[in-house]
Amino acid sequence: MNLAKLNDIAAATKEKCKNKKRVCVCAGAACISSGAIQTLDSMKKIVKEKGLDKTVDVIPVGCIGACHQGPLVKILPDETIYQKITPAEAALIAEKHLAKNEVVKSLLFATGAGKESPVNSNETDFFKKQRKVVLETCGNINPESIEDYIAVGGYQALYNILSTLSQEEVIAEVKAGGLRGRGGAGFPTGLKWEMVHRYINSTKYVVCNGDEGDPGAFMDRSVLEGDPHRILEGMAIAGYAVGAQKGYIYVRAEYPLAIKRLETAIKQARVQGLLGDKIFETDFNFDIEIRIGAGAFVCGEETALLASIEGKRGTPRPRPPYPAESGLWGKPTLINNVETFANIPKLILIGGKEFASVGTQKSAGTKVFALAGKIMNTGLVEVPMGITLREIIFEIGGGIPGGKKFKAAQTGGPSGGCIPESHLDTPVDYESLGALGTIMGSGGMIIMDETSCMVDVARYFMDFCMNESCGKCVPCRVGTKQMFDLLNKICTGQGSPADLALLEELAPYVRETSLCGLGMTAPNPLMSTLRYFREEYMAHINDHWCPAGVCKMEPAAQLAEAHS
Amino acid sequence: MTPLAAPTTTILVTIDEKTYSADPGETILDVCKREGINIPTLCFLEGVSTVGACRLCLIEIEGTRKLLPACATVVAPFQKVKTNSDRLKKNRRMTLELLFSERNHICSVCVANYNCRLQDLAHEVGMDHVRFPYLFPDCNVDGTNKIYNIDHNRCIMCTKCVRTCDEVEGAHTWDVRGRGFESRIIADFDEAWGTSPTCTLCGKCVSVCPTGALWHKQSVQNNMKKSPEMVSELTAKRGRKG
Amino acid sequence: MSQAQVVDVPESDPRVKQMLKVIKNYQKRPDALVQVLHAVQDTFGYLPMNLIRVVSKELHIPPSRVFGVVTFYYYFSLKPKGEHNCLVCTGTACYVKGAQKIIDQISASFGVKDGQTTPDNKLGLQTARCIGCCGLAPAVVLDNEILPRTDPAQITGLINARLGAKK
Repeated sequence: MNLAKLNDIAAATKEKCKNKKRVCVCAGAACISSGAIQTLDSMKKIVKEKGLDKTVDVIPVGCIGACHQGPLVKILPDETIYQKITPAEAALIAEKHLAKNEVVKSLLFATGAGKESPVNSNETDFFKKQRKVVLETCGNINPESIEDYIAVGGYQALYNILSTLSQEEVIAEVKAGGLRGRGGAGFPTGLKWEMVHRYINSTKYVVCNGDEGDPGAFMDRSVLEGDPHRILEGMAIAGYAVGAQKGYIYVRAEYPLAIKRLETAIKQARVQGLLGDKIFETDFNFDIEIRIGAGAFVCGEETALLASIEGKRGTPRPRPPYPAESGLWGKPTLINNVETFANIPKLILIGGKEFASVGTQKSAGTKVFALAGKIMNTGLVEVPMGITLREIIFEIGGGIPGGKKFKAAQTGGPSGGCIPESHLDTPVDYESLGALGTIMGSGGMIIMDETSCMVDVARYFMDFCMNESCGKCVPCRVGTKQMFDLLNKICTGQGSPADLALLEELAPYVRETSLCGLGMTAPNPLMSTLRYFREEYMAHINDHWCPAGVCKMEPAAQLAEAHS
Repeated sequence: MTPLAAPTTTILVTIDEKTYSADPGETILDVCKREGINIPTLCFLEGVSTVGACRLCLIEIEGTRKLLPACATVVAPFQKVKTNSDRLKKNRRMTLELLFSERNHICSVCVANYNCRLQDLAHEVGMDHVRFPYLFPDCNVDGTNKIYNIDHNRCIMCTKCVRTCDEVEGAHTWDVRGRGFESRIIADFDEAWGTSPTCTLCGKCVSVCPTGALWHKQSVQNNMKKSPEMVSELTAKRGRKG
Repeated sequence: MSQAQVVDVPESDPRVKQMLKVIKNYQKRPDALVQVLHAVQDTFGYLPMNLIRVVSKELHIPPSRVFGVVTFYYYFSLKPKGEHNCLVCTGTACYVKGAQKIIDQISASFGVKDGQTTPDNKLGLQTARCIGCCGLAPAVVLDNEILPRTDPAQITGLINARLGAKK
């Protein structure tokens, strides 16, 4: 592979699509389960039957974002999105929009009732405030075609750095971009690269953490399914910058489609000489292997993930030494999350300075969130850092369905916390969310309305942490179990003020003494709900009553109440 | 491999407001042991690898928010360490409370009574009662081995037996099954110890077990003496260190 | 703790040869353990105990370490799965939208608890921490097909339709 060939592929692919409409049928996991494959097949058939195949391409694409309205069909270059498209409706779209350029208004993607839906989906409430960097091409290209990715500028960044930049200059660029780890903790990415780069004369590894374990998060899944080459390119750039020749992508076994698409992408990249030896005819060699996880949340913790790649029990070990010094098989290892790597090609192409112009001063760029729970528009959104939670939930997300009242937004999964109504105007960045007692996390955002009981939610997450605790260190192994039992007592109306006091002593202890991030953050959901929804705890304890009507009180407690 | 030239000269560290000299690569626990500063440990065993799992030896280092395990933290120049602050003492009591609540630790009927590291530590840190309900999980006693017994009710999952069996004896009969609160020590494929083809009956695991979980069949209540130093001496003679 | 119900696979089974090939492809590297176990489970639907022994021998990994790994990861199962399997997602989004009611309904209709199969081995019920389809909550995976926005009132019918259909 060289630049001329890369440009040839891009030009040829563009030429093929020239003056053509492109029908993108979302083949993300959510749309597939709503019947997208049938829609895709029907669309392909009809386009062929009507002889439109000279002017229309029908392709499967990765997640378009509005998962609640699937199967989605997007027409390019018009940027028109149709929602809930059945095979029969696909025929209608072909007949009208594709053949006669007439928009089928009744099927247009709509985000709010009563309003006329714009023909250009970018003008809808759902997309208007989004800003796509990571998801830039996800939903517009065929994830199983390397040519598609190259046509939209793919692997250009890799070429640029290999031909013009030194390792140090790449790292400097990433630093200038102010990119921070998108896995949750927000460690500056450039700094991490520099730490690994410093070790000379050693085998090094690049690892992509795709063990998206937070319940309620599906950002990484969507990126892996929708734009796998972007991750490969990001990893290759990282490999060059830190001096590694081998990369591993660790993906959850629960994501078979992502694994399949990655396998295809890796094969294609090898064939094109974009992975393997002498990439772009330079001395840079880099190859990537997939490692499949096996259902352990703790493997999202970097040292546990490395143990798992080595084929061992995924238990973490004390840090320092950090993986940058001693990682995979004791070698310096760079670990970044999927979304972090997905930012890299764009960052390199536009330059660090331009990249940092989006977002806030300390949190540059964009963040992908998976909106779910009691919200109108569930799906995948990418927003500039610094946007407020209110904008995400009520403008992009369309608010709470069924006329119910908003209660809390949960971010950061089992490691995060619940944000109440009063803090919705907080800008989304690492520090602000941290100050609220939650974390940015990997991007899951679950919205809860008045029918959710916050004590029950705390118990749910504690149950999760208890089951996912690896059992190595005492505070996490026994502490989460004891906290769960205490919460369970409260949820069944048998808790006492003394139990609550014990919980409040145990929670900071577990946070302070646990070995790894799982234990350190396990008390967060408990502590944040106690901070903002203490009255709900008191209602359970003093009145044996669950205000949201979720918790079933034990009969004995009700009896005691009746007698008191 | 190290980026900065590793310091080859002596390092000065301040521990509990006194300054000591240490060799590069030594852990804080190494220095404390040498200088007679007592830090409670439970999963640490000289001669086998360090896991930093019991969290009893956590110490404070000035300028670091996280508490770090003394056993796994290497000294750095001009480190200021606190080993016995109120915060640490409180945490240690809590750790022991949790350990006592986890399984079945009724000292008066235990073979290791008066010879138990867990019991000693409870005395040492002043843990005199447990505020949590005892969990009493379903644990069995495996008496199939002809010389030794293992009682999982007394086990605190310190994994000294696992590491010793693997790293010192080389048999790797023991390992850990499951995870979290449900994890247990297992022999081979979670089989009866007595039928294990890998076990050499060397008894090292029994010597290093800090509680009455592993014991000699001949011992009765109160008289199972442990000798973890036997493993430490053995590995010191071999000239290796975890 | 109760030992898992052990069902062996005869070593004459042609798929065993296939498994040995996978091990060979990984050059018998011990770090391939998790990947090899995946291959075994993909082939047989669970991890037969006698094959775990073979894996341990072939990769030169001590038995207790292999078993430690097998039991550490929830994805691995020592028991054969049901003929049909129903996996209920209990991720946060599904949980707040009533996944528990779905589980309760399935348990009541088919007399099967989480992690078990019906006595006739027709239906297995499992729960997952999150399958990443939060937009479709509450989601159920029935024999690898995702059922979106399930409802306790309908789930029994959906499963019955599947059980009735030829596999």
